[in-house]
Amino acid sequence: MKPASFKYCRPDSAEEACSLLREHGADARVLAGGQSLVPLMNMRILQPRVLIDINRCSDLAYLREEDGTVACGALTRQGDAEFSALVAEQVPLLAAALPHVGVRASRNFGTVCGSLAHADPLGELPSVAMALDARFVIASSRGKREVGAEEFFISALTNCLAPDEMLAEVRFPVARARSASVFLEISNRAHGFAVAGLAICVEMSEGRHCSQARLAAMGTGDTTTRLKEVETLLEGQTLDGAIIDEAGALATRMAEPLDDVHASAAYRRQVMGSLVKRALRRVLERAS
Amino acid sequence: MTAGKVTVRLTVNGKAYSREVEPRYLLADFLRHELHLTGTHIGCEHGVCGACTVLIDGKTARSCLQFAVALDGAEVTTVEGIAGDGPLHPIQEAFHEAHALQCGYCTPGFLLTTVEFLRRNPTPTRAEIREALTNNMCRCTGYLNIIEAVENAARRLSGAGEVATERTR
Repeated sequence: MKPASFKYCRPDSAEEACSLLREHGADARVLAGGQSLVPLMNMRILQPRVLIDINRCSDLAYLREEDGTVACGALTRQGDAEFSALVAEQVPLLAAALPHVGVRASRNFGTVCGSLAHADPLGELPSVAMALDARFVIASSRGKREVGAEEFFISALTNCLAPDEMLAEVRFPVARARSASVFLEISNRAHGFAVAGLAICVEMSEGRHCSQARLAAMGTGDTTTRLKEVETLLEGQTLDGAIIDEAGALATRMAEPLDDVHASAAYRRQVMGSLVKRALRRVLERAS
Repeated sequence: MTAGKVTVRLTVNGKAYSREVEPRYLLADFLRHELHLTGTHIGCEHGVCGACTVLIDGKTARSCLQFAVALDGAEVTTVEGIAGDGPLHPIQEAFHEAHALQCGYCTPGFLLTTVEFLRRNPTPTRAEIREALTNNMCRCTGYLNIIEAVENAARRLSGAGEVATERTR
């Protein structure tokens, strides 16, 4: 399996990358860590005519706190975010999910933004972005625009980027003092393909009172999906065993899971209910 | 912008090389076909099996997922470079002694994964070793002897004594 031929471009800045994207549009792909793109090229599922390698665009490699968010540039490696004290402290949900992404060798090179742009319905980072309501900064030679996680993910392996655009930055909101977040994943083998997963972020007030809940499930649709019925059930309630059981049952009922070689839809539905209960129990433990 | 062949300069196992290759040339193929360093094995060619693992600037990488051209100027370590021309590296010795390989196809990848892992975590727990080894697949050994070898290599490299192995207990 060898990739088809392509023309190779190596811009030195985001601006230069954008002007190459304007020139080549749909013929081009952006190469960052290559951990999702290159397998698809090796299998010739993708045969871009032009590869725009952004690995020398040093203006895209950063993790910094900005306006109540942690901003992560397009060239920030998953491994760098995983070992970042800033991420551990300010975006604990991202820190919890990163060790589940691929393996060490892929996290050494794969980028946070690349994994998001790949939009795998069984990817960990899209569910984190959904649960935190992360903002996506999209750049092109026409300028910058910003979209929310729900607008960014369209369907399996499809995001909202136009052919001349690239994902330049993602902004994760800093965790509030009274919020609790949990990331859980079930797979058939450790670090194998996920059967299902769940990222949740719950804002608490007055002890066990849930003022806001965001639950993003992976493996229950062709994108990461917010479990909005469950969120509605939880908001304004005091978390206890009974409401947690009800939330789990509702998640099982509402889930419309994938059915594939890794797990049946029926199994995934059951797993989703268990994950919701397990995650909420953990939130409750932390609040107590 | 470049079409056709491009010049790639890499330092591999401490030696500088320069070759003209197509941009689509993968590092794994560059190592094997251009430099004739055939210790790097190719398994799945899509980043799953870990057989082709090498170190790029000290970090483990799937060499089947890296374009040589993109690495211009980088330092690469392959299995041939772990011990150089000297005796076996302590990690290789530990693999040899624990019978941590059968057909040996996956072994170069496991060795380089272990090099990086023990550098980051010189005194790992068994659970941490198992976690680190998810980087690579082995279809022969059932992994137990590999885990034992990594455990012994860690002790050897950190200067501690050997653990009693399954066989010596």
